[in-house]
Amino acid sequence: MSDVVEKTLTALPSLLSFDSQLGSAKLSSTSKLGNLIRGITELTSKHEEEKLIQRELSSIKEQVSSPNTTMRQMKELMVRTIYCEMLGYEASFSYIHAIKLAQQGTVLEKRVGYLAVSLFLNESHELLLLLVNTVLKDLQSTNLIEVCMALTVVSQMFPKDMIPAILPLVEEKLNHPKEIIRRKAVLALYKFYLIAPNQVQHIHNKFRKALCDKDPGVMTASLHIYLQMIQENPEGYKDLTVSFVTILKQVVGGKLPMDFNYHSVPAPWLQIQLLRILSLLGKNDQSTSELMHEVLDESLRRAEMNHNITYAILYECVKCVYTIHPKSELLEKAAKCIGNFVLSPKINLKYLGLKALTYVVQQDPKLALQHQMTIIECLDHPDLIIKRETLELLFRITNAQNVTVIVEKMLDFLRITKDDHTTIDLVGKVAELAEKYPSDNEWFIETMNTVFSVGGDTMQPDITNNFLKLLSEGFDSVEEDRKLRLFAVNSYVSLLRGEPGKLPQRFLQVISWVLGEYSHLREDLEPATVLRLLAKLLVMKNSSSETKTWVLMAMIKLSAGGAGVSVAQEVSETHSSSLDTVMRQRAQELQHLSQDSELRARVLPRGAGMQPVEVDSSLSFLDGFVSEALAAGAAPYKPPHQRQEELAQTKALSLEPYALSLPISMSSCSITDRQSPTLLSMSSGLSGDSTDLSHKGGSTTLKLDGVKRVWGREGYLAQRESVEEAAQVEVPSPLMSPSQQGEGDRSHSQIPTLTPTPESEHEKQQLASSLFVGLASQSSVCLMGKSEPAPQRFRRKAKGQCTSLSTSEQMFNSLVCPPSTVDNLLCNNLLDSNITAEPVLSSPERTSQLSQGLTAANGTCDMEAGLTDSDVKGSNPALIGDDCVVAADPAPHEDPNRPEDLCLTSHLPAELSGLSHSEITPLCTDQSLHLSACHVLKEDSLVLVVFITNSSDSAIQQIRVQVDSEELEVCCVCDSPVEELRSHSAAVCQYSLTAKKPSVHIEVVGMVSYLLPAGTPQAVQFSYKLPLSSFIRPLTVSTEEYGSMWLAFAHDTKQNLTLISDGQEPLTATLNVLKKKLQLHVVEIIGVEGIVACRLLQDQPCLMHCRVHAGTLAVWLRSPIPDLPDCLIYHCQRALQGH
Amino acid sequence: MIKAILIFNNHGKPRLSKFYEHYSEDTEQQIIRETFHLVSKRDENVCNFLEGGMLIGGSDYKLIYRHYATLYFVFCVDSSESELGILDLIQVFVETLDKCFENVCELDLIFHVDKVHNILAEMVMGGMVLETNMNEIIMQVDAQNKMEKSEIKTRHILSCIPQYKIQYHSHHSCHYYGDLTVPLFQCTSRIRDH
Repeated sequence: MSDVVEKTLTALPSLLSFDSQLGSAKLSSTSKLGNLIRGITELTSKHEEEKLIQRELSSIKEQVSSPNTTMRQMKELMVRTIYCEMLGYEASFSYIHAIKLAQQGTVLEKRVGYLAVSLFLNESHELLLLLVNTVLKDLQSTNLIEVCMALTVVSQMFPKDMIPAILPLVEEKLNHPKEIIRRKAVLALYKFYLIAPNQVQHIHNKFRKALCDKDPGVMTASLHIYLQMIQENPEGYKDLTVSFVTILKQVVGGKLPMDFNYHSVPAPWLQIQLLRILSLLGKNDQSTSELMHEVLDESLRRAEMNHNITYAILYECVKCVYTIHPKSELLEKAAKCIGNFVLSPKINLKYLGLKALTYVVQQDPKLALQHQMTIIECLDHPDLIIKRETLELLFRITNAQNVTVIVEKMLDFLRITKDDHTTIDLVGKVAELAEKYPSDNEWFIETMNTVFSVGGDTMQPDITNNFLKLLSEGFDSVEEDRKLRLFAVNSYVSLLRGEPGKLPQRFLQVISWVLGEYSHLREDLEPATVLRLLAKLLVMKNSSSETKTWVLMAMIKLSAGGAGVSVAQEVSETHSSSLDTVMRQRAQELQHLSQDSELRARVLPRGAGMQPVEVDSSLSFLDGFVSEALAAGAAPYKPPHQRQEELAQTKALSLEPYALSLPISMSSCSITDRQSPTLLSMSSGLSGDSTDLSHKGGSTTLKLDGVKRVWGREGYLAQRESVEEAAQVEVPSPLMSPSQQGEGDRSHSQIPTLTPTPESEHEKQQLASSLFVGLASQSSVCLMGKSEPAPQRFRRKAKGQCTSLSTSEQMFNSLVCPPSTVDNLLCNNLLDSNITAEPVLSSPERTSQLSQGLTAANGTCDMEAGLTDSDVKGSNPALIGDDCVVAADPAPHEDPNRPEDLCLTSHLPAELSGLSHSEITPLCTDQSLHLSACHVLKEDSLVLVVFITNSSDSAIQQIRVQVDSEELEVCCVCDSPVEELRSHSAAVCQYSLTAKKPSVHIEVVGMVSYLLPAGTPQAVQFSYKLPLSSFIRPLTVSTEEYGSMWLAFAHDTKQNLTLISDGQEPLTATLNVLKKKLQLHVVEIIGVEGIVACRLLQDQPCLMHCRVHAGTLAVWLRSPIPDLPDCLIYHCQRALQGH
Repeated sequence: MIKAILIFNNHGKPRLSKFYEHYSEDTEQQIIRETFHLVSKRDENVCNFLEGGMLIGGSDYKLIYRHYATLYFVFCVDSSESELGILDLIQVFVETLDKCFENVCELDLIFHVDKVHNILAEMVMGGMVLETNMNEIIMQVDAQNKMEKSEIKTRHILSCIPQYKIQYHSHHSCHYYGDLTVPLFQCTSRIRDH
C-alpha cells in the first residue's frame, strides 16, 4: 500500500500549484488536497482552469530547469506535466526532460520518463533521436522490466530511419527465455513491419517460429502479423491454413490451460483472430475452404453459452462462413445464427445482426426477406445507429421497384441526423440510387433537390457534377430529355421564388447552371424573369464568390435581347468593379455579350454542353501576336523543362514555373470531371510549342460527347425500360404481397399469412411489401453489384424447364408467334432487371403466356451463360473429332440434346469445321422445325451458324431466315433461301457478324419463315446472345506501336482486378488466363507491369495496361471506341472470376 | 488496430487519453470533445457502438464505449477489431483497475494517471491487444510494483493507506469530492450480469 501513499504525495504538488515548496506541500497535503480537488471540480469556466494550469506549468518549468532538481522530483514533475498535457495544455519545455528522465533515472523514474515520452512525442519528432541510445541500452539490460519498457516504447513510436540500429536486438529477443519479452518483441516487430515492411522482410521465418512458440501468448501475438500479411497477400500463406485450423481446433476443444479461459470460454480473442485469418485464406479458394469447414462447424456448435464474448466468436464465425467458399450446411447454420442476432433483445447483438445481414445480403437476399419484419422495426428504432445500419442494409437490397420507398426512408433519416459524416455518406448513397433507378423525372429531380439541400456544401462534389452531366448528356429519347430538363427548370424557378437564401451554395450553383442552359425550354418564361431571379442571388449576403461566378455565367447565356439586356447591364455594372478577378471577368463578359447577340451565339451556342468543344490547343490564333512580340524584341518562348534546366545550370533561384491555365468555359469544365485531367494536361503540355502540334491536332481536341460515363447510355436504357415495366406492374397492394412472395419463392416458407392484422401491423406489412419487392424472385441477384452464385442455380433450373416444355405448349408458342415474342423480349428485360412479373397479371391466359415467355427467356439466358462460362476456343474436341462418323441422320425425338449436337456438328460447313466453335445451343422449336445455332471464331470475323432441322414427317418449303442486330453488322454468307427441307433432315445458314458498337452482350434476333406442305405460311422468331469476348481478337503490335497508340486513344477506364497465381508469378498467370479466355495479345511484361492489346472486329483496337499493386491487378484500358473499355473490363472480371 | 483509448467523466473532463496514432495536440483535444459529445448524448439502452466521427478517421473507424458510474471508457478502433471483443476488453480493463485500486473510483484515475497508463500498457501495446487475461496483467503490474515498493522502502515511508482514501471515507469530507469517489465497479458488476 505504501506505493499508493507515495503516489498520493507525489501527485499533490501538481494540484497545489501555488505551493512550490515540496516539503511544505507534504505537510499540508491532507487539508489542501481536499480544497484543491474541490476547487477543480467547482471551476466554472474554461478560463479559470486555464489560469490555474498556466500557473502550474510555469512553476513546473521553473523547477525542471533548475539544476538542483533530483531525478525523483523530476519524476513527480513529469506526472504533473502529463496531467496538464492531457487537459490540452502544451508543455513542450518538458519534452527534453522526459527524455533525460528515461535516460538517467532509476527503473521507477525511467518508467515515468518513458511514459511521458510516449505520450508527448510522435515518431517524427526530432527529439526522438535522442532516445535511440537509451532504448539501445535498455534493450541490452539484464533487468527484464527495463527491456519491457524499451520494447513498449519502441512499439508505440520509433523513428523509421533508426529501425536498423535496434532491429538485431529486438530480433534477438524472439529467443528470450521469458515469454513476456518474446511476446512484446513480436509486437514490436509487427510495428516495424507496418511502418517499414522492407526492413523486416528477412525475418519472416522467425515469425513462423513465433507462431509455433510453446507459449500460447507469443503465438497469439504473432497472429497480428499474420493477419496483416495475409490481408496483403493471401496466396503466400495458404500453406499455413492447416496450422491455423489445428490451432483453432485445439483452442475450441479446450486444450489450452484454464488460465486462458474468459467466462469459461477458451481464449475468445484468440479464436476471433484465427477466424479472421481463416476467412481471408478461404476467400475464393475452394480447396482451402474445405480444410476449415469442420472446425467452423465445431465453433458454431460450441459457442452456445450465453455470454457476450461467445456472440463475438459466433459473429466472426458467421462472417467467415459467408466469406469462404460456400458450403450449404454451414450456410444454413450461419443463417440461423444471424437470425438469433437480429431477433435478440440485446441491442448490441441486433446491431451486429444487421451488420451481418448487410454483409451477406449480396449472396443470400432471401435472408433479408426472412427478417423483413425485424428490419422494418429497426427502421423505427430509437437508436440512430441501429437505424443507420438498417438503411445501409436497405441500400444493398435496393432495386428498381423498392427504390422510392428506400430513398424516402433515407431522406427521412437525413433530415434528423446532425452528424456530418453520416450525412455525407448517406447523401452519396441516395444520389447513387436515384441515378441508378430513376422511377420518373419528377421523382428524380425532387430527390436530387432534397439531396442538394440536405447535403449542403459538405457532400462530395462529384454528386453535383454527375447530376449536371446526366442532364446535359441526356438519354436517347429527345422528348424524355426535354421533359426532364423542363421539370428541373420548373422546380428551380419555384425554388428561387421561395427562399433561395436557405439553399446551400452548391445547390445554387446547380440551379444557375440548369437555368442558364435550359430555361428556354419553358416557353412562357421570359429570360428577363429568370435573370431577375438570378440577380437576386448576386445580392444575397451569404452567396460565395464561386456561386456568384456560376450565376454570372448563367446570366451571360440568358441575356438575349429585350428586357434582359437592361438587367444584365445593371448587374455587370455593379460587378465589373469587383475585387474578385474571376467575377470581374464574368461581369465584363456579360456586359459585352449581352449587347452583341451574334457574338454570344457563337461563343455560347445553345446546347453547347453536348457538343464537342473545339479547343485550338496550338493557340494558332496567337501566332500573329507572337511574331509581333518577337519582332519587337521579346525573348522567344522556351518550354518549361528547358527553362528549368537553364535555371538549374545558372544556379539561379529555382522557382517553380506558374501552372498553365487554359481557357475553358465554365460549363464544359463542370461536366468533364472524369476525363479532363488526362486530356487537359496533355493539351496544356503541348500548348507550349505550336509547331510540334499540327499533326496531332486531331487527337487533342477536347471531345465531350464520347466521354466515359459513369452512367452509361446502355446501362441507363436497360433500367429505363425496366422502370417502365415496373410502372405497368404497379406497386403491389398489401393484400397481394404475400401471394407475390409465394409466387416468387415457393421454397421459402416464412410468408405472412392473410389473417386480419391490427392497423400498425398492417402498415408494417405494407411497408415490407414495398421494401422487399423484387427480392423474392430468383433472379434478384444483381443487387448492388456482385451477382455471384445465384446465376448458377438459376441456370440449372432453367434447363430443366426448357426441356420439359410439353408439345402443346410448343404448338402454342409457335402458333401465336407475335405476342409470345413480345413477351419473350419483355421477359428478357424483366430478367435483366429482376422483376417478378407474375403476380400482377390477372388473366390466367396471359400468365401462361408469360411464364412460357419466361422459360424461353431463361433458355436464352442459359445459353448466354453457357457461352461466357465455357471456354469457347477450346470447346469439346471430341465433338470436332466425331464429325466424320455420323451422317445426317434424323435425330431421335426422345433425347434431343447431345446426340443432336453430334449430328449437327457434322452439318458445319466444311470451311468452318476446322475452326473452333461454340456449343450448339437450341434456339427454338415449333411443331415442325427445330432451330439451333453456334458461332465459329474466324480470324477476322465471327460466323453465326444456324441449323434448321425439320422434325416433322413432311417436307418444308421456302425457308427464309432473317437475322438482325442492333449492335452488329450482319451479312449473309449464302443468301439463297432453302427451297425445300426434307423430313428429318437439316439445313444450315451462315452469317458473318462484325461489331458495330461494343456492348457487354450482343443479341441477335432473327425470324424463320417457311411454308408447310399445305401451303400455310409459318414463322418462328428466335434470339441468340453472344458475349463481347467472341468478337475480341489479339492485336499484334510492338511495344513502340503500343506506346504511340496509347497516347492517341481517348476513352479509358480503370479498375482493379483480382490476381491469379497458379504457383507461377501472379501477373503472368493472370495475363495468361486473360490471353486464353479472351484472346488478348500480351505485348510485353516488364517486372510488375504488363501491356496487352486486342481488337474488336473489325480493327477497333483496345489497349490494356496492367500493374500489380497491393495484391490486385490495377488495369487501365484505352480505346478509341467509347464503350469498349468498359465492356472489356467486364469480361476480364468474368474471366478471372470463373477461373 | 486500436487507434485511441479515451476515458472521460460525465462532464467531459478527460481522465486518460492514449493515442496510438499521431494527431496534433489540437486534434487530440478536438477528438476528445467530439467523442464526448457523441457518447454523452446516448441513452443507457442503446448499443455500445458508434460509427465514424469525422476526426478519428471516417467510415472505417468505430467508437466502442462503456459507461461506468461517472466515467466513460471509449476505444476508437478500425474495422480489424471485433466489436464485441473490444467491448469485453473494456470490461477486463475496468475489472483490472478495480483489482489494482480496490474499489476503483474516478479519483484513483486522477491521482494515478501514470499507474493506469502502466496497466493499459500491459493490455494494449502500440495499438495491438497484447494481453486479455486479467490475472496475467495484474501479475505483470505487480512485478513492477514490487520493485517500486522495494525502492520506496529504502526511503522509509511510514504510512501505507492512501491519504485521499482515508479522507473521503470519513463522512466529514464526503462532499469535497462529490461523485469522484463513487466506486465504478458497482456498475460494472451490473453490466457483467446483464
